Amino acid sequence: MFSIDILLNAVVTGILLGSVYASLALGLGITFGILHIPNIAHPTLVVAGAFFVYTLTQWELDPIVAALIGLVPFYILGVALYLFYSSVFERRGGANVLQSLTLFFGLSLVVEILLVLGFGSELKSVSAPYIGSSLKLGLLTIPYRLLIPALLGPAMIAAVWLYLSRTNSGTAIRAVAHEERALSIAGLNPASVKRHAFGIATATAVVAGAALIMVGPVEPFAGRYQIGRVFAIVVLAGMGSIPGSLVIAIAIGIAEALVASYLNPSWSPGVAFAVLLLGLASRPQGLFGAAR
Amino acid sequence: MSDIVLSMKGVEKVFGAFRALGPVDLDLRAGERLGIIGPNGSGKTTLINCITGVYRPDKGSVHFEGRDISHIEAHRRARLGISRSFQIPRPFTGMTVLENLLVPLDYCHVDGSREERARSVLSSVGLAGRVSDPSESLSQLELRKLELARALVGNPKVLIADEAMAGLSEEEIDEVLAILLALNRSGVAVIMIEHIMHAVMRFSERIVCFETGRLIASGTSTEIAENPLVQKVYFGE
Amino acid sequence: MSRNSALFLIGVAVVVALGFLMPWVLKNPFYFFAGYVVLQYVTIATGWNILGGYAGYINFGAAGFFGAGVYLSAFLFTTFGLPLPLCILAAAVFGAILGVLMGYLTLRIQGVYFAIATLGLVVVLETIVHNISALGGASGMAVYGPRPPSWSPGPSQYNFTVMLVIAAVSVALARFVEISWIGRGLRAVRASEDAAECSGVPTLRLKLLACALSGAVLAAAGAPYPFYTSFVEPVTAFSLIIGLNAIAMPLIGGTKSWAGPVLGALLLASVQQIATVTISSELNILFVGLVLIAFVAFAPGGIADLFGRRQGRARS
Repeated sequence: MFSIDILLNAVVTGILLGSVYASLALGLGITFGILHIPNIAHPTLVVAGAFFVYTLTQWELDPIVAALIGLVPFYILGVALYLFYSSVFERRGGANVLQSLTLFFGLSLVVEILLVLGFGSELKSVSAPYIGSSLKLGLLTIPYRLLIPALLGPAMIAAVWLYLSRTNSGTAIRAVAHEERALSIAGLNPASVKRHAFGIATATAVVAGAALIMVGPVEPFAGRYQIGRVFAIVVLAGMGSIPGSLVIAIAIGIAEALVASYLNPSWSPGVAFAVLLLGLASRPQGLFGAAR
Repeated sequence: MSDIVLSMKGVEKVFGAFRALGPVDLDLRAGERLGIIGPNGSGKTTLINCITGVYRPDKGSVHFEGRDISHIEAHRRARLGISRSFQIPRPFTGMTVLENLLVPLDYCHVDGSREERARSVLSSVGLAGRVSDPSESLSQLELRKLELARALVGNPKVLIADEAMAGLSEEEIDEVLAILLALNRSGVAVIMIEHIMHAVMRFSERIVCFETGRLIASGTSTEIAENPLVQKVYFGE
Repeated sequence: MSRNSALFLIGVAVVVALGFLMPWVLKNPFYFFAGYVVLQYVTIATGWNILGGYAGYINFGAAGFFGAGVYLSAFLFTTFGLPLPLCILAAAVFGAILGVLMGYLTLRIQGVYFAIATLGLVVVLETIVHNISALGGASGMAVYGPRPPSWSPGPSQYNFTVMLVIAAVSVALARFVEISWIGRGLRAVRASEDAAECSGVPTLRLKLLACALSGAVLAAAGAPYPFYTSFVEPVTAFSLIIGLNAIAMPLIGGTKSWAGPVLGALLLASVQQIATVTISSELNILFVGLVLIAFVAFAPGGIADLFGRRQGRARS
C-alpha cells in the first residue's frame, strides 16, 4: 500500500493547498488577529469574491486579472462594512464580542442567500488556458489549477506583510489595536486606520476567492467549510502573526492531504477543526504569537 | 509569627520576556492596614492578581492563614476570605443592587438570612435607599460603594481595595475611607492600592512602594515620604 | 415554592393538558404538523438561551446538537427498537456530553473561541454522519415511527403532543435555571467573568453546567424529528436554518428571561410556517438573517426589552 510517490504527492499537494488556505485566512488575520473584530463572515466574502471572479471570466477575462479588478470594489465593500459595524456599536460605547459575532453571522447568511438568488445553488468554476494541464517533475504531478493559486496566495501575503511592516500606514494598522490613544496623539484617527484595514482585509477576499475557484468549483455555501480552517490558521498562528499563518496553513494543508490519501477524502473537512480544538485546548496563545 | 494572615515568598510573574513582578516577599498581619503605592506598570495589579488567583505565580508561593494557596482557583480563594474590589467597577449588570450581593452569598456561609445580611451590608456603606434599583442606574460613587459592599458581604479576612477612590471628589474619598476604616475596626486586614497619596498616607499603618515589579521601600507614612528611593520614583532625580 | 412558580407550573400544566385534548377537537392534522415545527423551535430557542442568553456564550452550532439528537434517536429506534421516551432521554444525555466536551475544550479561554468552535461543530458532525454507513451516510435513512397510542388520533397529533411535552419540560427547566442560584451565577459571569470568579463563583464549572443543560435541550428537540419526517438525511438534520433560528429567536424575543425565546420562537416560527407555503426556503433564510441583523443593530434587548422600556418610560 505504502509508496513513496503517494506520500510525496500528498505532501506537495498539502503544501499547495495550505498556501491557498493561507490566502483565505489573510483577511481574517487582519480583522480578527489585528483589529480583534470577529469577522466570521470573511469566508463568505471570499466565496463572494470567487463569484465576482466567475462573473468577469464569463467575458473571457483571466481569473487573476479579474481578481485585480475586484480589489477596488471589495476594498470599498470592506470600508462600508466597517462603517456599518462601527456605527452600530459605537453608539453603544464599544463592541460586545458576542453581538458582533452575531452581526457577522447574520451578514454571512444574507450574502450566501444573495449569491444563491443571483447565481443559483449549483457549483461554478472558471476556465483559463493553464487550468486543466499539469506540471510533471519526476514522481510529482502538479496540476496548474493548484500551482497557480498556490503561488498567488503567498505573493499576496508577502505584499500585505511588507505593507504592514514597512510603511507608515501599515505600522499604524498594527498599532491601532494596542495603542489607540497613542495613535490619536500622533495625529492619526484610529477610526480611519481601522476602516482602511478592514478595506484591505476585504480586498484580499477577492484574490483568495480567485484562488479558491481556480482550485475547484465553488457554490454559495462553500464558506462554511472554510470557517474551521481559517480560524484554526489565524488563532493557532498567534493572533495577527501573518508569516506564522502561512506555516500553520501549510501544516493543515499537509495534514488534510495525508488524511485524504491514506484515510478517505470525506474526512478532511474535520481535520482543521480537530487541529483548532486541540490547539485551543493546549496552547491558547497560539504557536507564533507572544504569550498574553 | 502566628498573626500573619497572608504571606508571599519569592513570588514572580513573567509575561513572555517581560518580568511583570518579583521576586517579591511580603507579609500581611491580621487586621493590618497596608498601603501599596508605585507608578503605573510597577506590578501592583499583577501582585493582587497573584494573591486573588487571577494569575498563578511562575515562581514562589502565596500562603493564606498558613496554607499554601498558590495553585488553587480564584473562586476558592474568595471563599477562603480573600476579597477584592476592582479598579474599574464591575457591577453585575442586569441585576439589582441587592442581587449583586446575593451572588457572593450563594457561595459562602453566613449566619441568618442571606438577604438580611446583604441589606445590612448595603446600609453600612450607605446604599440602603438603592437596594432594589438596577445596578446600571448607580452613580460613580455608588458603584464604588457597591463594589466594596460586594467584596465584604461574605465576611472576608483580607480585603484588597484596588484604586477604590480614583476619580472621586475629596468628600467622596472621605466617605470611602470611613467605610474602609470601619471595616478594618471589625478585624479585616485591608490592602489599599492607591494613587491618591494623601488618602493612602492617612489610611495605612504601613506602606510599601513598587517600581518595575520590585518592592523598593517599606515603612510608615512618614518613612515612605522621606525615603529617597520613593522620592526618586515619584519626583525624578 | 413562590406564588409565581406555582402560577407558572399551573400555566404549563394547562397548556400541556390542552395539547392532549386538542387533537380530539381540531380535526385537520395539518395544524399539528405545522404546530410541531413551532414547538420544536420553542424548545431549540429555549435550550440555546440557557447558555447564550443567561451566560452570554454564543453557540452557532445548535444544528450540530439538534442533528446529533436526530441521528442518535433514529439509530436507537431502528436498531434496538428503543421506546420513544428513552430515545429522547438518550438524545438529551448525549447532547449534554457533547456540550460539556465542547465547553471543556474551549471555555477556559474566551467566549469568542467557544463561538468559533461551535461554528465548526456542525461541519464535523455532518462529516462523521456522512462516513457512517449504519446511519445511511449522505443518502439518509428511512425511519418508520412507532404506531401512535390509542389516546392520540394520528401520527401528526402524536408527534405534536410529544414535542409539546418536551417543550414544556424545557421551558420549565430554563425557568428553574433562571430563578435559581445557577441563573444568578450565569448572569454574573455574563456581566463580568473576573468579578464573578473573585466573588466565589466557580465560573468554569457553572459554564460547563450551562453547556450541558443547553446541549441536552437542543438534542432532545431533535429526538422526535425522525418520526416526524420518517426520513433523516444530513442536510436537513444539520440544516442551516436551525442554527440561525436558534440564535435569532431568543435575540428577537429577548434573552434575559425564559419568556423571550418562547415569544421569539412562537412569532418567528409561525411566520415561517405560514411563509413556507408562499416563499422559498432561501427567502425564508434571507428574511430571518435580515431580521437578526436589524435586532442586533437596533434592538439588542429584543422585543421583551422594547416593551419593558416603553413601560418604564410610561411609569416614570
